[in-house]
Amino acid sequence: MSNSPYFDRNRIRNFCIVAHIDHGKSTLADRILEVCGAMTGRETVEQVLDSMDLERERGITIKASAVHLSYQADDGQEYQLNLIDTPGHVDFSYEVSRSLTACEGALLLVDVSQGVEAQTVANAYLAIDNDLEIIPVLNKIDIPNTDPALAGRQLGEMFGFTAAETLATSAKTGQGVREVLEAVVRRVPAPSGEVDAPLRALIFDSEYNAYRGIIAYVRVFEGEITRGTPVVMMATGKAFEVDEVGVLTPKMTPTERLAAGDVGYLCAGIKNARECRVGDTITSRARPAAEPLPGYREAKPMVFAGLYPTESSDYAPLKDALDKLILNDAALHYEPETSGALGFGFRCGFLGLLHMEIVQERLEREYDLDLVATAPSVVYRAFLRTGEVLDIENPAAFPDEGLLDHVEEPYIRATIMCPEEYVGPCMQLSQSRRGIFKDMQHSVGGRVTLTYLLPLAEILLEYYDQLKSLSRGYASLDYDFGGYQLGDLVKVNVLINYEPVDALAFLVHKEFAQTRAHTVVERLRKLLPRQLFEIRIQAAIGRRVIAASRISPLRKNVIAKCYGGDITRKRKLLEKQKAGKKRMKQVGNVEVPQEAFMSLLKI
Amino acid sequence: MVLPRALYIHIPFCRRKCPYCDFYSVAGEDHAIGAYVEALVRDLRHARAEVGSVDLDTIYLGGGTPTVLPPDRIAHVLEACGRLFRVRANAEITCECNPGTVGPPALRELRAAGVNRLSIGVQSFRDEELRFLGRIHSADQGRQAVRQAREAGLGEVSLDLIYCLPGQTAGAWEESLDQARQLAPNHVSAYCLQVEPGTPLAARVKAGEVRPMPDDDQADLYARTIECLEAGGLIQYEISNFGRRGSPCQHNLTYWRNQPHLGAGAGAWGFVDGERRQQVADISAYIAGWRAGEPRWAYREVCSGTSAANETLMMGLRLCEGLSLPEFRARHNIDLAAARRAEIDRLSAQGHVSLGDDRLRLTRAGMAVAGEVVALLAFDEEE
Repeated sequence: MSNSPYFDRNRIRNFCIVAHIDHGKSTLADRILEVCGAMTGRETVEQVLDSMDLERERGITIKASAVHLSYQADDGQEYQLNLIDTPGHVDFSYEVSRSLTACEGALLLVDVSQGVEAQTVANAYLAIDNDLEIIPVLNKIDIPNTDPALAGRQLGEMFGFTAAETLATSAKTGQGVREVLEAVVRRVPAPSGEVDAPLRALIFDSEYNAYRGIIAYVRVFEGEITRGTPVVMMATGKAFEVDEVGVLTPKMTPTERLAAGDVGYLCAGIKNARECRVGDTITSRARPAAEPLPGYREAKPMVFAGLYPTESSDYAPLKDALDKLILNDAALHYEPETSGALGFGFRCGFLGLLHMEIVQERLEREYDLDLVATAPSVVYRAFLRTGEVLDIENPAAFPDEGLLDHVEEPYIRATIMCPEEYVGPCMQLSQSRRGIFKDMQHSVGGRVTLTYLLPLAEILLEYYDQLKSLSRGYASLDYDFGGYQLGDLVKVNVLINYEPVDALAFLVHKEFAQTRAHTVVERLRKLLPRQLFEIRIQAAIGRRVIAASRISPLRKNVIAKCYGGDITRKRKLLEKQKAGKKRMKQVGNVEVPQEAFMSLLKI
Repeated sequence: MVLPRALYIHIPFCRRKCPYCDFYSVAGEDHAIGAYVEALVRDLRHARAEVGSVDLDTIYLGGGTPTVLPPDRIAHVLEACGRLFRVRANAEITCECNPGTVGPPALRELRAAGVNRLSIGVQSFRDEELRFLGRIHSADQGRQAVRQAREAGLGEVSLDLIYCLPGQTAGAWEESLDQARQLAPNHVSAYCLQVEPGTPLAARVKAGEVRPMPDDDQADLYARTIECLEAGGLIQYEISNFGRRGSPCQHNLTYWRNQPHLGAGAGAWGFVDGERRQQVADISAYIAGWRAGEPRWAYREVCSGTSAANETLMMGLRLCEGLSLPEFRARHNIDLAAARRAEIDRLSAQGHVSLGDDRLRLTRAGMAVAGEVVALLAFDEEE
């Protein structure tokens, strides 16, 4: 083991592989592990670095993991290579950047049969932004009838790589893999950082282990950690005593120490995700560092949803499940929220639609919860004529026109980066969402950066994935809070047989009020079952009805035959029907099924 | 215990299965008839052992197609009933009949065996409709069966009719109704075609081959049916049943008034001492069971509390006479008018029910939506 007394820091290389999805990252990682003797040919099949079921199923890597390898280079020396795995999907660029901060180099992998694709570009820029040494590698050269030169030229044009520095490999056959490792040894700089300096280690990931509590994955930048070291989390101030440090080979292998330049894990009896924040710096209690390491940018949620349990009794289990989930999914944001129709739930923020789907699936599968996802809303600021200012979360609580002086809504300052050819569609999309153009900058390689002020309400739903889809995945979005701005908003009430239904009230920009109202009224007409009397559905602003529809009364609902042999069966059906009625929400005399609310409020 | 006074006997044999039917019956098993009849007799003996030699006011031979049996087999069964129980002198003894399966000799034998009421499965007087329904007879045969029944001395004739067929016009239906009236039956059962799950018809509907008649059109036809039949002297007494004054089907009243009854035969249901039970709906298993001297049950449940109340409610409201509130209270310990005050008021105001003479009834409009009304009035466990 390259560990005691101290492995020569100059012979450590910390690197990762970034690529567009399916360009062969995992296969290359397996090959590298094989070459370094970390696993046998048999284990390759398992794609060892993908450790979660869901990941294997979808063929994508979600969690970042790090593997400690021992490589015998051509120069006869032993090198310690730390391969940090990165997720390959667009939703997880946040996770990618976490891993990148722990590295000095990155292999930029491109499938020669596909060429440079969206995530190739996005990840390359991330690596550049993190000052990593990038080694371009063309993969899948085993595929006949491909043109590696073409892919090589693309890389050259976009990022300035020369043909000489671009490697070629086939992760499948193993061809060129050693050359890749040689390049890592020669081109990726060794980590700098003094072993004697005060400890500064960056937590770049964490995982919950049923027996050990939370395991923190760390990159030590300065100093060293050993078993028994009393440490402090610099952001939270929490102190722990280190139980164990080690490396992943890929199994957890305890070592005596982790020193500056090393990548590994530590266990310190940490119970709570909030005590071990990814991005935080660990320092020693005895000799604390003066400044924490610059963390990395915290993930901004891009897609929002309200998550509600279908059965209200599942609220507490849902809360527990979310608390546990954030232990290994720090990108998930959530806050409690309530809905008149659906009861208690959570307003959640995700990195993207895939992230949201995965979280929902995990909640449903691992925690056995039945959930409905709804579109959440933003917090509006209502300025009353009396001078009072109210923060309104629930549209139903919105004051009536008469009391209102004006309304403000939250805006975001959005930074959209995309290739030139997609600037038009991106601008059009933003404009259609009431965006205010602020700036446009051109940079190297045909990349354009647009700045828009957008109402937060507009991006809550589908803005991000529409952006992605009209730019074929090449556009990226980042945003910051942009203050509250005046909004020409109105509250639309939905009434069923003249009774307002709080849960369905919504706030909408004046411009869209009519169309939204019409859509809601039509959908409700299709969702409500017929009853023994006419049902009138209306959408109104104040007292002014702006859209309406009606459902004619039920005229036929009867069992034609009911004789001796039918009684039991029909009675059971009747009781089921009755139980169904009990679960309905009553709006005056009208029975509204829970499903109608869910369907109307759903994304 | 209140003793059963009605006996139902199930004959699950058919010439051919109709695509809309979900009663238990099989085609092509005629060879088992002999053994089945023997098993029936043992079944009846067992029933006698259980409840004693009770007075019977009605016997109903249903199916399947009872008239697929040779008349002497039916006679054999009825004769056993006569021996084992005390069949009243003027008991109503009904046999269901399929127009394609009987002629004058058979009908005379049935009469001689004691059958005094014939329920003929005419269904329609239009040949194309009969084809859609998969019936084995023609409109002519339907008419003929009625005439022949009368000639054989079967005074009480009831006709079964099915309407609301996909694409059926009001005119076409009224034509069948007219023909039915002209035959002057004592009783008519007119059923709106129901698509029952698991039937070939259901499969056709699911595949989009057949589109059921829209609900509102059905409501119109239903109203028209009542008008036409009552104009012909056939007065509605139950959701789908019409009779000349004094001629309801006594046997079926047992069901609607939720009274006990015996059930013999494969798949037959009985209601004895508060227990609902069904014998296994499988001819071979039924026969095997009785060979061994025992019933084979597919279902047994003592129905009590709110479930029992729901049954009385659901069945009683099917009758035009409705439910007697004092009797309901005595039987189920529930003051219906009080427990459902708000709902009854609302339904009354809407014109779906009427409360009077201590009885709760569905109005004509209410009958068309009986399913919904009963669901609003039904009870659940917590109450």
